[in-house]
Amino acid sequence: MTIAPPIEYGVDQGVAADPHARPIYRPFPGPASKRIVVGYGFWIFLLSDFIMFSAFFAAYAVLSGETAGGPTGKQLFDLRTVAAETGALLASSFTCGMSALAVQTRQTGKVYAASFFTFLFGAVFLGLEISEFARMVAEGAGPQRSAFLSSFFSVVGLHGLHVTAGLVWLTVMLGQIATRGFIPTTMRRFLCFALFWHALDIIWVALFSVVYLMGAAA
Amino acid sequence: MTDEAHTRPDGAHSDGYDSAPGDQNAIDVIAGTRGYLLGMTLAVLLTAASFWAAGTDLIWAPGVPIAIGVLAVAQMGVHLVFFLHISTGPDNTNNILALAFGILIVILVVGGSLWIMANLNHNMLPMDQLMQMQR
Repeated sequence: MTIAPPIEYGVDQGVAADPHARPIYRPFPGPASKRIVVGYGFWIFLLSDFIMFSAFFAAYAVLSGETAGGPTGKQLFDLRTVAAETGALLASSFTCGMSALAVQTRQTGKVYAASFFTFLFGAVFLGLEISEFARMVAEGAGPQRSAFLSSFFSVVGLHGLHVTAGLVWLTVMLGQIATRGFIPTTMRRFLCFALFWHALDIIWVALFSVVYLMGAAA
Repeated sequence: MTDEAHTRPDGAHSDGYDSAPGDQNAIDVIAGTRGYLLGMTLAVLLTAASFWAAGTDLIWAPGVPIAIGVLAVAQMGVHLVFFLHISTGPDNTNNILALAFGILIVILVVGGSLWIMANLNHNMLPMDQLMQMQR
């Protein structure tokens, strides 16, 4: 993790050390590489995604007490399911990191193996969430029941949609690596996918803390 | 504007000025794996702590949401550092500034909504009186 101290391009490097030294001018390095520009642009998208989620969180926080005589979060939430979902998503994030490392070192077998587990744990998470939603709807606690449940299904479902999109994206990425190999374009896209997948984990941390744990503790 | 032009001999993608978010400076599989393992361990510990805090009666009940909130912020920090590789290094200045602006907007949206809705709620007549006034 050592970084060479940034050279001040175009600036005389020798002045401070020796006032009589001949000035050395270094040419500017030009624009940042495409990987840095693309990664930064995707980072801006992720931050705007966080801002979209913050609006859903704000709605949930305002409406979480408006149960309209229906069931409360304390009665509905099963924390063991939530713990299992969290474990699946954390494990998926870890294997995603492993596959990102394998992409950087261009080890095809490791990419497929790590991505298989990333997909598997992501699918387990999604399955648990869908079965939880199905159970709640069957109990008559669907999104139409109260403002609390509308906002609950919106914010948790939005995260679930993101995970679904991530699974589709991962499949497409593996197809591109299989057909086109580790060309810079594919490697940049995989960088963005890894950022997306890890960012979904951050949103899930906010979800299980604010929605489930605070809801069950209240 | 090619990737190869700015990739240093040690495999790092930083050009000395900037790093893409998510990129580590040195690509060493062992060190990288160790980083992810450490992040994973810290995340699991913090998750376990917040699930414990939600179910315990050892903490004064009104303090439980605060404990969960603090643990959540800590875990988001762990994810940012160990999984998204956002660092305080000079090559991450742009990434950090964008993140800081994002956090500002998130705080304004969530905090502002809670504040103004609580205020409206406080200043509104109770619903039964409101219904009588409309008759």
